[in-house]
Amino acid sequence: MKARIFVTLKPGVLDPQGKAIHHALAGLGFDGVNDVRAGKVIELDLADDTGDAAIDEMCRKLLANTVIENYRIERLG
Amino acid sequence: MKSAVIVFPGSNCDRDLAVAFREISGQEPAMVWHGDSKLPDGLDIIGVPGGFSYGDYLRSGAMAARSPIMRAVADAAARGVAVIGICNGFQILTEAGLLPGALMRNAGINFVCRNVQLGVANNQTLFTTAYEAGEAISVPVAHHDGNYQADTETLDRLEGEGRVALRYLETVNGSARNIAGIVNESGNVIGMMPHPERAIDARHGGTDGRRLFDSILSRFVTA
Repeated sequence: MKARIFVTLKPGVLDPQGKAIHHALAGLGFDGVNDVRAGKVIELDLADDTGDAAIDEMCRKLLANTVIENYRIERLG
Repeated sequence: MKSAVIVFPGSNCDRDLAVAFREISGQEPAMVWHGDSKLPDGLDIIGVPGGFSYGDYLRSGAMAARSPIMRAVADAAARGVAVIGICNGFQILTEAGLLPGALMRNAGINFVCRNVQLGVANNQTLFTTAYEAGEAISVPVAHHDGNYQADTETLDRLEGEGRVALRYLETVNGSARNIAGIVNESGNVIGMMPHPERAIDARHGGTDGRRLFDSILSRFVTA
């Protein structure tokens, strides 16, 4: 069973990387980009009996820093 | 003063910090590997050095904070042993939950490597008693993720409790309220982005970092 973890910066937290990407897009002539926020995706290959609580604990203990980041778990069947 | 320096894969200021501990205390520090789970007995201070532990994978300091030795460091800190985290060490201490907040990518995106002016915001901490209150000192920084952030409530509490030990006197990395170094609630753990261990010898360009170690030493000499 696979699960995908989406880690994103909390709203309001400054994202210099997103700002740089935004700037580069503008440099390539892409107008109308209002904002860019960068995050990361972590794909886990898990034992089939892994419960939601265990995945959530992985996120809280390591995969995301909840001081500055939010996370969303997507199970891939 | 009995000291130890934790060594992670990717630490690169561990030996500089060991030199500082040896120079100031006259005693040889123990170098402790991250995979160990025990610290030497009777330590007065533990140094968590700068560098790029685990290649900054996932987040700066994230992997190191979960390594076996950090449980022993957390236990020692809870018993009142002094802990100093410098640069990557500061990132590790926040990731380990020993200090509040987080160190994020510098607001200007660039790696910053130069001497900066710091103000001693509180000279009553264990680590700053040898400085004058409000004194300006020059200490090098070398980091990519030094932008200190915490929620407003945490920042207000840090300020209100005098736990901001050092503040940037110039624009460096976008840190909230120009915070360069903070101490924990009980005052025995400090995290700071600037490198005092690189400023203890005039031949290396300055000695303003030396009194930080003198401050620590004075506690253990008079105690």
